[in-house]
Amino acid sequence: MVLTEIAFYLFSAVLLASASMVVSSRNPVHSVFFLIVTFFNAAALFVLLGAEFLAMILVIVYVGAVAVLFLFVVMMLNVDFAELKEGFVRYLPFGAAVGIALVVELVFLEFHWVFPSAASGAIASATPAHTSNTAALGAILYTDYIYYFQIAGLILLVAMIGAIVLTLRHRPNVRRQSIARQLARTPAMSVELRDVKPGQGA
Amino acid sequence: MAISLGHYLIVAAALFTIGVLGIFLNRKNIIIILMSIELILLAVNLNLVAFSAFLGDLVGQVFALFVLTVAAAEAAIGLAILVVYFRNRGSVEVEDVNLMKG
Repeated sequence: MVLTEIAFYLFSAVLLASASMVVSSRNPVHSVFFLIVTFFNAAALFVLLGAEFLAMILVIVYVGAVAVLFLFVVMMLNVDFAELKEGFVRYLPFGAAVGIALVVELVFLEFHWVFPSAASGAIASATPAHTSNTAALGAILYTDYIYYFQIAGLILLVAMIGAIVLTLRHRPNVRRQSIARQLARTPAMSVELRDVKPGQGA
Repeated sequence: MAISLGHYLIVAAALFTIGVLGIFLNRKNIIIILMSIELILLAVNLNLVAFSAFLGDLVGQVFALFVLTVAAAEAAIGLAILVVYFRNRGSVEVEDVNLMKG
């Protein structure tokens, strides 16, 4: 199908272009926005591969949570970003050398690797017939991989508690609302009636 | 020419390389380094899902789901450490991180 190929090349091109903008952008806020574009295009590639559930999870978790977290941190920290960009040109030759070496290795590997015959053809559809991708994924995730699933939940719990413990700050000298004390107040505690004689009031 | 497994692997390899390059080019800015790590993990996920689709095995997508979970946890912890570090030192430069030298 021509349409699928056009979609693949379009999404891949935008994916790689925005990914290179992430690492080369001058302003980190722009980097975060390009990161969001990258995630959207990766999700589109996942849809092309038939992994709809992972595509939606990618959009929800990465765009909805991780990228917004990055955006908050970038905007919260008042950093002089022009100063941070100074080393860019100095590291460029070394970085380019490492990048080229990596590309050559990976391309060499991919062109000299013999794929099994099932992998070389069209998409074999990992999802069994008559079910959706989400249902098929759930059917094995909650049975064969239930312990791994629980461990993943535990990792998220530990990460959540760790992030809270790291960033929680108790400042002294801050006046906070004490709701219990407010609710426990009675008229006798808070209002005092004085009988002031005429002509003696201050 | 139909889209084969090799096409997806090349896109993932290029994305992986861009991520590694980002770590080398932005040696001073921890935030961009964390974003580069996200790109690298995304490339790995793309490989896993591509193999899962072309080999007809759903387990690759399950593993990609776990990689996604760990990446989210890593981003949260990394950014929390970054915020605490900025609060203490007033900068996010990697080269300033030498408080624990012997």
